[in-house]
Amino acid sequence: MMKTQSQSAVAEAENTAAALFDVQRIREDFPILKQKVHGKPLVYLDNAATSQKPQAVIDTLTRYYVGQNANIHRGVHYLSEIATYEYEKARGKVKLFLNAADSREIIFVRGTTEGINLVKDTYGRKFIGKDDEIIISAMEHHSNIVPWQLLCEEKGAKLRVIPMNDRGELLLDEYEKLLNEHTKFVSVVYVSNSLGTINPIKKIIQRAHERGIPVLIDGAQVASHLKVDVQNLDCDFFVFSGHKVFGPTGIGALYGKTKYLEQMPPYQGGGDMISSVTFEKTTYNVLPYKFEAGTPNIADVIGMGAGIDYVTTVGFDAITAYEKELLKYATEVLSGIEGVRIIGTAEEKAAVVSLVFDSVHAHDVGTILDNEGIAVRTGHHCTQPVMQRFGIPATARASFAFYNTMEEVDALARGLRKVKEIFGA
Amino acid sequence: MSGLNELYQELILDHNKNPRNFKKIENADKLVEGYNPLCGDHYTIYVNMAGDLIKDIGFQGAGCAISKASASMMTTAVKGITKKEAEELFTKFHALVTRDVHDDNEANIEELGCLGALAGVAEFPARIKCASLAWHALHGALNSEGKAVVSTEDSEKEKK
Ligand SMILES: Cc1ncc(COP(=O)(O)O)c(C=O)c1O
Repeated sequence: MMKTQSQSAVAEAENTAAALFDVQRIREDFPILKQKVHGKPLVYLDNAATSQKPQAVIDTLTRYYVGQNANIHRGVHYLSEIATYEYEKARGKVKLFLNAADSREIIFVRGTTEGINLVKDTYGRKFIGKDDEIIISAMEHHSNIVPWQLLCEEKGAKLRVIPMNDRGELLLDEYEKLLNEHTKFVSVVYVSNSLGTINPIKKIIQRAHERGIPVLIDGAQVASHLKVDVQNLDCDFFVFSGHKVFGPTGIGALYGKTKYLEQMPPYQGGGDMISSVTFEKTTYNVLPYKFEAGTPNIADVIGMGAGIDYVTTVGFDAITAYEKELLKYATEVLSGIEGVRIIGTAEEKAAVVSLVFDSVHAHDVGTILDNEGIAVRTGHHCTQPVMQRFGIPATARASFAFYNTMEEVDALARGLRKVKEIFGA
Repeated sequence: MSGLNELYQELILDHNKNPRNFKKIENADKLVEGYNPLCGDHYTIYVNMAGDLIKDIGFQGAGCAISKASASMMTTAVKGITKKEAEELFTKFHALVTRDVHDDNEANIEELGCLGALAGVAEFPARIKCASLAWHALHGALNSEGKAVVSTEDSEKEKK
C-alpha cells in the first residue's frame, strides 16, 4: 500500500520536476557530483553548509590566474586594468543579483560572518549605546548572535529575541511587543539553516521601519534558493556568502543602503580605503572602497560573479519551483519512516529537512549515511539555541540544491532505513 | 569485521542501549562534566575513591552511541583499579583509537579487554572524540579536587 503510494508520488514529482528543467544536464556542470564515496555514488545533501561549484566557476578562477592576475585599483598596466575591470564587473553582478540601487552599496567581505561583524563594528559601535536594545530571532546562526552579544557587552546594550512556535515559525505578535523606544537595531535571518523556515522578513522590516529602526538580513541561506530584491524588501543591510551560491569560499558581499554606509566609520584601516593620508589626517575613500581596506580577494570576487551568472542562467523561477517539488517529495518520503521526526515544519520552507530519530543520535546517523555515500550535516548547525528550543542535542540535516534529484531522496530514505536496521530501532 | 559493522558491533550497541554504571553517585568525591561542544555530547562522571583506588564510578548524560558505549565500557574497566592503572589504561585506549589504520602494526587490542571493541573508531576520524570524551572526563576527575569541566576542544591532539 505504502509502496504504491510513494511510487506514484515519485512519478508525479518527477513529471512536475522534469517539466521545469533537465536536472541530469545540470548535474553535468558540476564535476564533483560524478564522484564515488566509499564505492557509492556521492549523494551531496549538505548544500546549506556549502554548495558545489559548476565548471564555469572553476574555469573562471583558472582563467583569472592564468591570464588576468594583477593587483587592482593601483596599476596603469594592462593586467591591472583587466583585473580591476573584472573585479568591478563582479560588483555589478552582485548589484543586479540583489537588485541594489547602486553598485556602491555592494561591499566585498569574506562572507556572511564578516559582513555581520562589519556592521556591528561600524554602525553598531557608533550608534548603539548603553541600555539600547538589539532584536534578533530564536533561529539565528551563531554568527548573527555572538557579534551582537559582544557589542552588548561592550556597550551595556541588551539583546532581545523573537521567539518561535513548535513548527519553527517566528511569533510576529511577540516581535511587535519587543519593539520599543530603546530598540536600535534588528538583525534577522531570512531562511533558517537548521529548520528551513522562510521568515516573513518584509513584515519584520516594515514594523521596524515604522519606528525608524534599521534592519539587517542574514541572507546566507536564501541566496541560492529564492530571488532576492533588497529594494523591494527595503532592508537596510543584507549579507550573504559566495560559497553557498555556487561560488568560491572566502568571499561574500554586504549590501547597505547608501544613507547608512555614509554615516558609518571605516571598518579596517589600510590601503585602498583612503583618499589621502598624512600623519596629521587621513580622509577616507568613497563608497564602497571605504570598507575594503587592503588587497581584496580579487580572484574569488570574480569567481563569485561567475557563480551568480550560473545561478541566474538556470533561473530562480525554475529553481524555486523545482526545489519545492524536491522538498515536498522529501518531506513525504522521510516522514513516512517510522521513528523519524522532522524538526522544522513551517508553512513557508526552503529545501532543508532536519531529522531526528527517537532512539539514534544524529552523529551515528551521519556516520552510517556517509558509509552509503550520502553527505548530510549532523550536529547543532551553529544554532545551539534552536536545538535547546526543541529539546534535542542535534539533528541530521539534508539540505538540497537544484542539482539534487528525487532518486537522491530515495537513497537518503534507504540510508535511514539502514540506520534503523543497525540500531534495531 | 571492518568498517561500519565493526564500529557498530553488538557489544557497543548493547552498552549504548543498556549502559553500565549509569547512575548518579550522591556526594561523590569527584564530579566531572565532559562536554563536546561540537556535537553536544554531554556526560557527568561521578567517582568515589578509597585512597588511590577507584571504589565506585557512575555516569549520566546523553550523546551518540559511540560516546555512550565508550563511557559505559570505561566505567566497567576502571572500577576497582588504582588511579595509576586507570591512567595507563587511558593511554593505551587513546593510542588504540587514534592509531594510524593504514599502519599494518596491529594494535594490542587483547590487552584492553572489552575496550578493544572500540578499535574500529580509528577508521572514523570524526568519531574519535566521541570515543574518548568519557576518558578525558575521567582523567580530569582523577586529577582534580571536587568538581571540574572538561571539553574535547581542550585537547588539541584530537582536533582533526
Ligand atoms: C543562516 C546562516 N548565517 C550565517 C552563516 C555563516 O556563513 P559564513 O560561514 O559563510 O560566514 C551561515 C553558514 O552556515 C548560515 O547558514
